[in-house]
Amino acid sequence: MTGDYLPCAHVVELLTDYLEGALDPVTTARVDAHLFDCEPCTTYLAQLRTTIIELGTLPEPTLPADTVNALEEAFRDLHSRHGH
Amino acid sequence: MPGAVLDRTIWAGVVVTEGGSRYQGVGMDVQSGPVEAGEENLVDRLRAGDGAAFTRIVRGWSPAMIKVARQYVASHASAEEAVQETWLAVIKGIDRFQGRSSLRTWVFHILANIARRQGTNESRTLPTPPVEDADSGPSVDPNRFRPVGDRWVGGWRAEAAPRSWGPESATLNAEARVVLTAALAELPQRQRMVVELRDVHGLPADEVCDILALSPANQRVLLHRARAKLREQLETYYTGPNEQAVRP
Repeated sequence: MTGDYLPCAHVVELLTDYLEGALDPVTTARVDAHLFDCEPCTTYLAQLRTTIIELGTLPEPTLPADTVNALEEAFRDLHSRHGH
Repeated sequence: MPGAVLDRTIWAGVVVTEGGSRYQGVGMDVQSGPVEAGEENLVDRLRAGDGAAFTRIVRGWSPAMIKVARQYVASHASAEEAVQETWLAVIKGIDRFQGRSSLRTWVFHILANIARRQGTNESRTLPTPPVEDADSGPSVDPNRFRPVGDRWVGGWRAEAAPRSWGPESATLNAEARVVLTAALAELPQRQRMVVELRDVHGLPADEVCDILALSPANQRVLLHRARAKLREQLETYYTGPNEQAVRP
């Protein structure tokens, strides 16, 4: 191996920066190269992605329907008064 | 490099899809696409009294706003009030929006002011965000890697390497999502806020930095630690605790 060897323990710490495009081009290339032939790190990255995607589907409390209706009404009122 | 650029695009796509799909069930106008696209247009539409545009951002942004407000006030109900008051302020003040920040950033600034004031009135003592120990050190148990002296130091130990979560791991089952929700609630506060705003609510990094007063690098550190912990909880659920890791 060359002195360029990036250990898995280091790669796993870089993966959010990697996904965010926040790594410099040289480091990005090293992570790409590592992932190309490291199955456990590829699995780790895939699982990180699954985690991120699933987070985006979790139900989140929003305003009660009554409140949204009241806001919509307030919006309409203001604009009808302005003559729109 | 191309990999990273591609990833970024994909993630942007995920965020957009989420924002668009989340409210499909409640008769939302999703066809007009992400709020971020055509922001000027959006501001114009609000100024012109376009009720559909208003409803879209109220439904789209309020869940994240409730989360942010909840940092300042004592209860969920108070957070809802702060969000409602914010929207009323936005309705009245939209003509004064100058476009120096994104519309959403502007809305969140109004929210922070209102929620902070409300929190003071409730004499809620704000927890000073501690420098959390959990924010430093490795995000994966070091015992899962080969030790110094090993030819492949820092590489996964075969017995402790991540294993597939099975054929259905692309989407989690209902039980795993319960695990994920519980794990989210257990995170240290700053990590939880960042990962909720970024990954649950789909806000872009720059807006999250602005809302939470974080540097971009710090935002990424908190996000990564949160994601790594959540992934680990799911791993424990799917493959059991990694015993090799706890017994080096």
